[in-house]
Amino acid sequence: MTIQFDTLGQFLAMGKYAAYVWPSYGLTLLVVVLNIIWARRSVAQAKSDARRRLAMQEEQP
Amino acid sequence: MTWTWFHRLGSPPYVYRLAGRLTPWFAWSAAVLILIGLYGGLVLAPPDYQQGNGFRIIYVHAPTAWLSLMVYTWMGVAAAVGLIWRIKVAHAVAAACAPIGASFTAVALATGSLFGKPMWGTWWMWTPRLTSELLLLFLYMGYMGLRASFDDTQRADRASAVLAVVGIVNVPIVHYSVVWWNDLHQASSITLTGKDTIATSMLVPLLVSLLGFSLYFGAVLLVRLRAEILRRERAAAWIREALA
Repeated sequence: MTIQFDTLGQFLAMGKYAAYVWPSYGLTLLVVVLNIIWARRSVAQAKSDARRRLAMQEEQP
Repeated sequence: MTWTWFHRLGSPPYVYRLAGRLTPWFAWSAAVLILIGLYGGLVLAPPDYQQGNGFRIIYVHAPTAWLSLMVYTWMGVAAAVGLIWRIKVAHAVAAACAPIGASFTAVALATGSLFGKPMWGTWWMWTPRLTSELLLLFLYMGYMGLRASFDDTQRADRASAVLAVVGIVNVPIVHYSVVWWNDLHQASSITLTGKDTIATSMLVPLLVSLLGFSLYFGAVLLVRLRAEILRRERAAAWIREALA
């Protein structure tokens, strides 16, 4: 296995497929990152809801 | 051999803690493998003799399409386990799968479209592979919509589980569509039984990518699973401890 491109320009051009290759990679990585953010937000939300419930239970024994 | 480890997987506090401990292992190994796989696919793999450098889309298209099916299978099996044995944690796993699966099904369709335009000359065709993959997206969305329509989590779990289990029928249809029908979509390059129809230098980055995305799914699932468990445990004393 060797590097298949001689210049950065060639790499970015992807033959004549730049307009299809880069959006595919960009979109995939975007959704990969978004899933991490959404999952973390979901845990943070569930934790703060759980804390509120616990506080309410302590107020009314 | 004892089955205590298996029974513990039905215990919310145990699974909550286990998920927290396992997440970084999945996340970091996934990050390393995805970076290696995508570098291999974008830079090291030789261009395809027909599709040139355009074929490099496969290194994001195949893993996301693979996730769309693998996540659904997890979701359907977890939902079935939840229905049959009334295990709360299993329903939590199914619920945690849905948004991940839906988002990667959408990406698989979009990258497939970006693949199809230069290779087939069209963004979309109503072929069996594409149509059944679109149905998969609708199944995920229907599952999430159905869940959202219930206030009570237990009722949402049971109703949505039935949909998830019935929808499993679509998974082999998506997978074998290119074998059963004469589809525009190319057949699988990787098979478990016979000869792979892809050169080793192209295959290795793809396998690394597939493994990386699978571990990534594990990491996101474990994080979401903790949220789902917290939502289901109303008055449990262990939550006080876990949140402290």
